Amino acid sequence: MSNPNLIGGGRLTRAEVKGLNGDHRRLDNKTVSKSALLRRLWQYLGRNRLLLVLSLILSVSSSLLALYGPKLSGTAINAIDLGAGKVDFDTVIRCAVLMAVFYTASSILTFLLNAVMIRLSRTVSKQMRHDVFENLTALPVSFFDRYQTGDIISSITYDVDTVNQALSSDLLQILQSIVTVTVSFVMMLTIAPRLILIFLFTIPLTIVFVKWLTQKVRPLFRRRSGKLGELNGFVEEMLSGQKTIRAYDREAAVLERFDRKNDAAVDAYTVAEAYGTITGPSVNCINNISLALVCMFGSTLFLRGEIGLGDLSSFVQYSRKFSGPINEIANIIAELQSAFAAAERVFSLIDAEPERADDENAIELTDVRGDVELRNVDFAYVPGKPIIHGLNLHAEPGSLTAIVGPTGAGKTTIINLLMRFYDVDGGGVYVDGKDVRTLTRKSLRRAYTMVLQDTWLFHGTIYDNIAYGRPNATREEVIAAAKAARIHGYISRLPQGYDTVLSDNGTSISMGQKQLLTIARAMLLDAHMLILDEATSNVDTRTEQRIQSAMRTLMQGKTCFVIAHRLSTIRSADHILVLDGGKVVEQGTHDSLMAQNGFYRKLYEAQFDSVA
Amino acid sequence: MSELKKYIRPYLGYIVLTMLIKLMGALAELLIPYLMEIMLDVKVPQGDVKSIYLFGGLMLLCAFLCLGANVIANRMSAVSSGRITRSVRHDLFEKLQSLSARQMDGLTVASAESRLTSDTYNVNQLLARIQRLGIRAPSLLVGGIIMMLGMDVMLSLVLVAMLPIIAVVVYRVTKTTVPLYTHEQTILDRVVRVVQENITGIRVIKALSKTDDEKQRFHSVNEELTATDLKAGTVAAITNPASSLVLNLGLTLVVVVGALRVNGGHCPPGVIVAFLQYFTMILNAMLGITRIFVMWSKGEASARRVADVLNQPADLQQQPAKEAEPNAPHIEFRDVSFSYTGVGKNLEHLSFRLQSGQVLGILGSTGSGKSTIINLLMRLYDPDEGQILIDGQDVRTMDATELRSRFGVVFQNDFVTEGTIADNIRFFRDMDDTALERAAQHAQADFIPHKEGGMQAEVMVRGNNLSGGQKQRLLIARALAGDPDILILDDSSSALDYRTDANLRRALRQHYRHTTTVLVAQRVSSLMHADLILVLDDGEVIGSGTHDELMQTCEEYRIIAQTQMGDGKEAV
Repeated sequence: MSNPNLIGGGRLTRAEVKGLNGDHRRLDNKTVSKSALLRRLWQYLGRNRLLLVLSLILSVSSSLLALYGPKLSGTAINAIDLGAGKVDFDTVIRCAVLMAVFYTASSILTFLLNAVMIRLSRTVSKQMRHDVFENLTALPVSFFDRYQTGDIISSITYDVDTVNQALSSDLLQILQSIVTVTVSFVMMLTIAPRLILIFLFTIPLTIVFVKWLTQKVRPLFRRRSGKLGELNGFVEEMLSGQKTIRAYDREAAVLERFDRKNDAAVDAYTVAEAYGTITGPSVNCINNISLALVCMFGSTLFLRGEIGLGDLSSFVQYSRKFSGPINEIANIIAELQSAFAAAERVFSLIDAEPERADDENAIELTDVRGDVELRNVDFAYVPGKPIIHGLNLHAEPGSLTAIVGPTGAGKTTIINLLMRFYDVDGGGVYVDGKDVRTLTRKSLRRAYTMVLQDTWLFHGTIYDNIAYGRPNATREEVIAAAKAARIHGYISRLPQGYDTVLSDNGTSISMGQKQLLTIARAMLLDAHMLILDEATSNVDTRTEQRIQSAMRTLMQGKTCFVIAHRLSTIRSADHILVLDGGKVVEQGTHDSLMAQNGFYRKLYEAQFDSVA
Repeated sequence: MSELKKYIRPYLGYIVLTMLIKLMGALAELLIPYLMEIMLDVKVPQGDVKSIYLFGGLMLLCAFLCLGANVIANRMSAVSSGRITRSVRHDLFEKLQSLSARQMDGLTVASAESRLTSDTYNVNQLLARIQRLGIRAPSLLVGGIIMMLGMDVMLSLVLVAMLPIIAVVVYRVTKTTVPLYTHEQTILDRVVRVVQENITGIRVIKALSKTDDEKQRFHSVNEELTATDLKAGTVAAITNPASSLVLNLGLTLVVVVGALRVNGGHCPPGVIVAFLQYFTMILNAMLGITRIFVMWSKGEASARRVADVLNQPADLQQQPAKEAEPNAPHIEFRDVSFSYTGVGKNLEHLSFRLQSGQVLGILGSTGSGKSTIINLLMRLYDPDEGQILIDGQDVRTMDATELRSRFGVVFQNDFVTEGTIADNIRFFRDMDDTALERAAQHAQADFIPHKEGGMQAEVMVRGNNLSGGQKQRLLIARALAGDPDILILDDSSSALDYRTDANLRRALRQHYRHTTTVLVAQRVSSLMHADLILVLDDGEVIGSGTHDELMQTCEEYRIIAQTQMGDGKEAV
């Protein structure tokens, strides 16, 4: 447990506990029993019962039609077989017409079946992606501090795809095959019960073999999914740091790292594939062996006069028919292993413990006055390593609370608690006298406006980015907000103005401008409480000054919590909270804290000294 | 696929060998029923017990041959397709790294990521499957046709005449599906992007209670992806039933034509029976081949997307070097103008000279071009006009590695990787621990010993367990660790308190006296001791000189300085 800030909310899920002991940065394959996994996969198919039934009906009828074709051609051949000059053309033509009709019908049915199967499988993967994403949005923020984005993405794309491939046709094929196998087996049983002995050898052998192989192969497929996720995580991270890597001319070194991950992914793939593809030929071989045995054993029986020649040949026919589906089932089971491995990863995301649901009786926070109180708050990211202990704070409606302290003192933690990204371990946070745990998260969070140092803009137009928090804002309001944030001038000089699409690197937009955009976004919001976490750290002094009046308007009448290095903001605060080493060491107004001659004064003078 | 030929070529021999082995396996498998027939139809009626065991033994031998050949060939196919994928990915990643910021903007990180994993994976699957399935079906088809031609040319031609129709069907279908699959992959890029944005923006999204909208956004791309996939899959699904329909209709024709020929005495009725048997073989082979085409169209779409990136022209190439100018300053900007978009100017007619060991301070309003100067100096972009010279040499004529080896740089909100603190300072370079320790010390990163594990303490994804100030000092340590010729700090001490900031500057003066420094800052106190300060506004220099000079000559500077420190202790 080397990471103090690692664990969310003090509650550890099973996966987290497991993760802590081992490789905690990778999405785990939760080891689930095969039957539980199958049941869950089956549920996805079951959700589309109509399609499932339809595909069964279609597959049965198309195979029946397929059987009828040869029968027709058989009749035609009998009519031809009469010899030169005696061919029964009436029958031939009738059969030919019927053949054409039946083959056409059969092809149409096959196409329909394929279309239904495709729809079924695509719907299942859509639902899986949907479920993963639904849960992603419900997960606590701490989850995303721990896992590489690329790893999660790999799960929602590659893993879902793998599951889908195996699920789509294979399960139905298994059902079909089971029917064929049973029918053939019964037929054989009636012809020559003694020859069945041979199948008592091959069937258990097949089962034992497939069981052995799947046990061997499943961890290999698990590794394949995992390594591909790791590779994706690495790629995503490194591409996002491309500029720095280039600046340090580290492309070669990063490429070397990439190669290692790539090798691991390719090796995992190759090994899994090499073992996975043993199944088919092996089961085929077992079937061929049993065929050879049937022939030899059967021939001996025939020579001893114990069975007839006709029986022997039809037995052989059936046993060949029998081996086809067995082969198929074995192959599918092997293929399912990769799906299982992938499904484990998908389900581990779907099952990752979400933020604790709102209390059943949780109420909407309405008519916010903005009275915020922290009473006796204890909090630790990791149990036993308290970040905050016995904190009391009361912010009156409309007051300004500044949170100061050396870097790394845990200032952001308080914001995490206010926004309820984390829940307190002891004590409580109260808004308008109500414990925040009795409120719906949505209404609580909506009561705040938050501007963070780490700007977040998405791939979309500047307009959409500003209006993000209030999509129904009018264009005038958006422009007014941009003007107040002193970013309108820049935007209107862009060739596409407000319709400029922001790109990933956003090369032509500076960090400061990004912060101004997020401030403009905040200006459109109408919440009663405001959190500013280094909101203008990349903005120059002059611009900051120019947006001062707008900022003041923004802060007016709101309960404000501010983290800043600029003491001008802090000095005017009604209440200053001084944090050090994860604890509140002092609190009060600027003057009272200066008079205390303690930590705050030292901090303040540290800043002041260097200016002089 | 043809775009990736050069990756397949080195393994061509190996692949051919794989397919030959596969063919051997297929032949061994075909021998089994043949042997069985002889055994049951000829040997058993003769009562030849010895032969029964002989043929039974041969069947067993064939079974094992078939097993061996298939296992070996499958393994070989996994190996070669894996190796090809590996080298494609290697080159693709290398290429992606070399793309200029401008090119990357056009591509987007999400798309780069899905090309690198999802698309290469599709190619990989195609390569492996073609090797596994690609020999049996075509050889059965060719074999079947030859057998039929041997029996009755006329009837065979009827069936063979069907093949061009199937070819047309397959051609039309793949022509539709390849673009559909390409489109599907671009939608996948968007799926990736939405997930990406939701993860990086999780706090903002939750804070703004936008979760439902984001779900809706994901829902719509998910729907779109599914719809396209469905369309592509459904069109591709035409191939199989259509080809079998065409062949079956051909068979019907064979029956009719055969009836005429038998009636006319041109061929014995037995031929038609045999024909029907081979026909099943041909039909299955044909279906196998069309399946390969269906796989091919998906792999092809992905291969093209991969090749698109690989074929991107190299940006920012090195130009032929000229003689370095003598007695040149360490860094010189000579009348440099630049625009990111081609519209408006991000820098206009910028000129300055900096001697070795000097400090340049850059101050200016948001978006005034401070970071642009750094981007140009490091040649992340080329200027539209003018020249940038280091030691009298135009940066465009310098080898990229040589150019960049001179720098130590911290960008704004720079990149922190998952790993240890030491990893982050070392940043993939070859450095011993003392160098790291020293750099950390100079960068005032005194928090490191307090972290559990010290230098080996874990840094989480995106540096989420470090505070802003800790991150900045870590990054400064990274820049210092390489003992750079030129140190660039782009607004990278903003989160440090003044005392730490002052200590940092002292350490720089003391230990990096010969390092030329470019310092972008908001705080006048951070750069007031610089040898040259540039004040920028909207891409233009509105003041340049030392602190004292600027206090006299540049009003903007004076206002900023006064706001920050003028009236004593206020507003720092």
